[in-house]
Amino acid sequence: MPDQQSDKTPFGAQEVAAAKGLTAGTATAPETTAARSLWTDAWHDLRRNPVFIVSALLILFLVVISLWPGLIASRDPQRCQLGRSLEGPSAGHWFGFDTQGCDVYTRTVYGARASITVGLCATLGVAVLGAVVGGLAGFIGGFWDTLLSRLTDVFFGIPLVLGAIVFLSMITLTGIWPVVLVIAALSWPQIARISRGSVITAKQNDYVQAARALGASNSRMLLRHILPNAVAPVIVMATIMLGTFIALEATLSYLGVGLRPPTVSWGVDISAASDGMQFRNAPHILLYPAAALSLTVLAFIMLGDAVRDALDPKLR
Amino acid sequence: MGRYVIRRLLQMIPVFIGATFLIFVMVYALGDPVSALFGDRGPDPATAKALREEFNLDHPLWQQYLLYMGKIFSGDFGTAFNGQPVTELMERAFPISFRLALVALTFEIVLGIVLGVVTGLRRGRSLDTTVLILTLVVIAVPTFVLGTTGQFFLGVEAGWIDPAVSPDARLDELIVPGLILALVSLAYVTRLTRTSVAENTRADYIRTAIAKGLPRRRVTVRHLLRNSLIPVVTYLGADIGTLMAGAIVTERIFNIQGVGYQLYQGILRQNSPTVVGFVVVLVLIFLLANLLVDLLYAVLDPRIRYA
Amino acid sequence: MLLDVQDLHVDFRTRDGVVNAVNGAGFSVDEGETLAVLGESGSGKSVTAQAVMGILDTPPGRITHGRVLFRGRDLLTLGREERRRIRGERMAMIFQDALSSLNPVLSVGYQLGEMFRVHRDASRKEAKARAVELMDRVRIPAARERVNDYPHQFSGGMRQRIMIAMALALEPELVIADEPTTALDVTVQAQVMDLLAELQREYRMGLILITHDLGVVADVADKIAVMYAGRIVEHAPVHDVYKRPAHPYTKGLLESIPRLDHKGGELLAIKGLPPNLLHVPAGCPFHPRCPQVREVCRHDPRPPLYEVGEGRSSACHFWKETIGE
Repeated sequence: MPDQQSDKTPFGAQEVAAAKGLTAGTATAPETTAARSLWTDAWHDLRRNPVFIVSALLILFLVVISLWPGLIASRDPQRCQLGRSLEGPSAGHWFGFDTQGCDVYTRTVYGARASITVGLCATLGVAVLGAVVGGLAGFIGGFWDTLLSRLTDVFFGIPLVLGAIVFLSMITLTGIWPVVLVIAALSWPQIARISRGSVITAKQNDYVQAARALGASNSRMLLRHILPNAVAPVIVMATIMLGTFIALEATLSYLGVGLRPPTVSWGVDISAASDGMQFRNAPHILLYPAAALSLTVLAFIMLGDAVRDALDPKLR
Repeated sequence: MGRYVIRRLLQMIPVFIGATFLIFVMVYALGDPVSALFGDRGPDPATAKALREEFNLDHPLWQQYLLYMGKIFSGDFGTAFNGQPVTELMERAFPISFRLALVALTFEIVLGIVLGVVTGLRRGRSLDTTVLILTLVVIAVPTFVLGTTGQFFLGVEAGWIDPAVSPDARLDELIVPGLILALVSLAYVTRLTRTSVAENTRADYIRTAIAKGLPRRRVTVRHLLRNSLIPVVTYLGADIGTLMAGAIVTERIFNIQGVGYQLYQGILRQNSPTVVGFVVVLVLIFLLANLLVDLLYAVLDPRIRYA
Repeated sequence: MLLDVQDLHVDFRTRDGVVNAVNGAGFSVDEGETLAVLGESGSGKSVTAQAVMGILDTPPGRITHGRVLFRGRDLLTLGREERRRIRGERMAMIFQDALSSLNPVLSVGYQLGEMFRVHRDASRKEAKARAVELMDRVRIPAARERVNDYPHQFSGGMRQRIMIAMALALEPELVIADEPTTALDVTVQAQVMDLLAELQREYRMGLILITHDLGVVADVADKIAVMYAGRIVEHAPVHDVYKRPAHPYTKGLLESIPRLDHKGGELLAIKGLPPNLLHVPAGCPFHPRCPQVREVCRHDPRPPLYEVGEGRSSACHFWKETIGE
């Protein structure tokens, strides 16, 4: 686990800094080094963190196969042989066949695309929407802060799964995009709250105050001084959320309102497999897509954990 | 303190209106509540007209919303898909879901906090690593997979529990479903407690407590835990709302006729009064739980109380 | 002798390697005596204090060598429970930052009373009464009304008074104060220091005052131990040090304090930075910064602690020159 690697701090903070050779006075031009050294230090830590390396490689692999599933699966996920329904794993068909007689291995490989797309797009939407709303509220302050914060509260007040089910069951569209849309529309408040908080903190930093006193323009302050500091918590939160969004897609599909066949997705396959008593006769049809999904979620959560530990100087 | 509560309650009103309006728009503007009632058969025009009037569908949306909320506050939630008033469904469903949430919360408090404290105090040991890996697995594997396989092994194979919960949903029947419902939050509570305990062991005031010559037990219980559990307690408070609203999957797996189950039926049958009615109450519970969290925070942490 | 620390070594295992935070420190304090331990951040003075108190974080810290004789008994050989009984009762510690060192969610009355409840088996009521007395003793206004307040409700100076009251609650024989006034406003610093000195005289405690502020030292200390890179480089009665420092580092420290009688004169800072404890320079650890460095200083063995005079020692090969100049 990444957490346990952060050693207990033996000395007072100053003494640690001294021991590491980071004594004050070596730092020049604090306004740039503050942000840059945070990222360089984090990168230095991450490169040596096995949890990060493993999860990053896994995610890279998943992204590659969701772009080019043909690389490792030569069959067509939609061409099924009903005659081989529920047949167990065998040579050439390592994961066996599902109820429809489709090759589970091929479907598991092709299923990555839907899950990864939902996860990435929803996270992108959440991060952009949340960071813009929260960032503006924190930066402008005053009336707009109140208004945007209340708006955030309104969306925060709707439980995620509940709101998603209601929305998806009411619209007639199906496919990936409504799922992405509803997840993004209901999850951005968390990011908004975090980025509002960190923008306000960053604004109060001495060096930002100093830049303001020196007459730096608003846009320059936002870009050069506030964003670099506010963006770290957003990235951490977004990475962890990405994993939970992938799991959420599966849950929505299980409830019959997410993705639906003929879309190939882990959620669709898992919900088909966890239905009824099939589990006793053919556990493989649940096992493989569920394992693929869990591994993906795990990879993103661990990545988020590792990045958080690297970026959080408190835990160093 | 009193003024703080009142201010927070007043702040809740616009949020409640906004959230319920959003749900209302989703259901009444995106769906067609009347034709949904008739399913695939086309509605008889006369009946349809009467229904449109009953739902105030001829008015602009915001008026519909106001009229609907007016009815709700006079206790009229409309008629459910089976012809019963929605309020009757609620009277049956909410106590069941509440019991389920209570079982889940108990698991979170007892198991989550104990595991979190133990691992937080013994960071890096094998027990710590094992528990951490377990929490990650629980978070990563979707609840419905854990639920269905758990139901299969414990209910069908081992025969320890009934795979389906009876309509009464007795407390003993809810133990396994409650555990399944709790699992994800349980994992988060464990991790949160662990982090919080581990961070606080390094705090200056813990060093002071040791320097005072206090026995280790007293240092741990009075000084370390008292501080470390503040974020955990607030997480648990907020979780009450999530547990009530998020039990849809668990209730579906175990056939528990609680809030999630009824809501799901309402959605399947496109019965707008059921859906909106239940969701409005759930939003209210969710908001009240969040208010409770803020108040708990103020009670537990004097720095906020007097601020 | 009340406290006699001999050849203390403390290691820390960090991700980047083993750090010798304390490397053969030795000093002594007698009843009613005040020893000032001087040094820059990272010189190992706080770690030494924690090792003496027995509150070092182990791991990653480890006492690898040395003796801590308290009234002739080596504390390092005692069991955990015996050690605990001594803390608070016979030796106590005052920390630098009272805000973070006091428990934020317990009232100050509770935290003060805890000393009596744990060490003296006092009842809840009795403990609270003693807490009020203590607060009166350190001159906190309206003690009776404020006993149930929380640390954040007090000013910095008042909080530090509470820390002092807590340390002195059971009238210990030895008090270690780790930069007790550094976090305070200058005007408050003097008041708190005076209070500490007054109480020390009254109870005839031994006091170890850890500081980097030479101004404070001159007024209250009897003896000075100067630490550099985990070692004591000079140990001497306070007046000798001020008059004729026997180590170039001490000399540098003295020259770097602004003085009213030298108005207009140049302020001399010691050049360079304190050493990285992962890579302490060979030979005399101070040699890269020393104005009178010679070839012999650059090579091991390190200079031993030379007897310089009555109760005086210096870890400089050329102490005679340094004193004589």
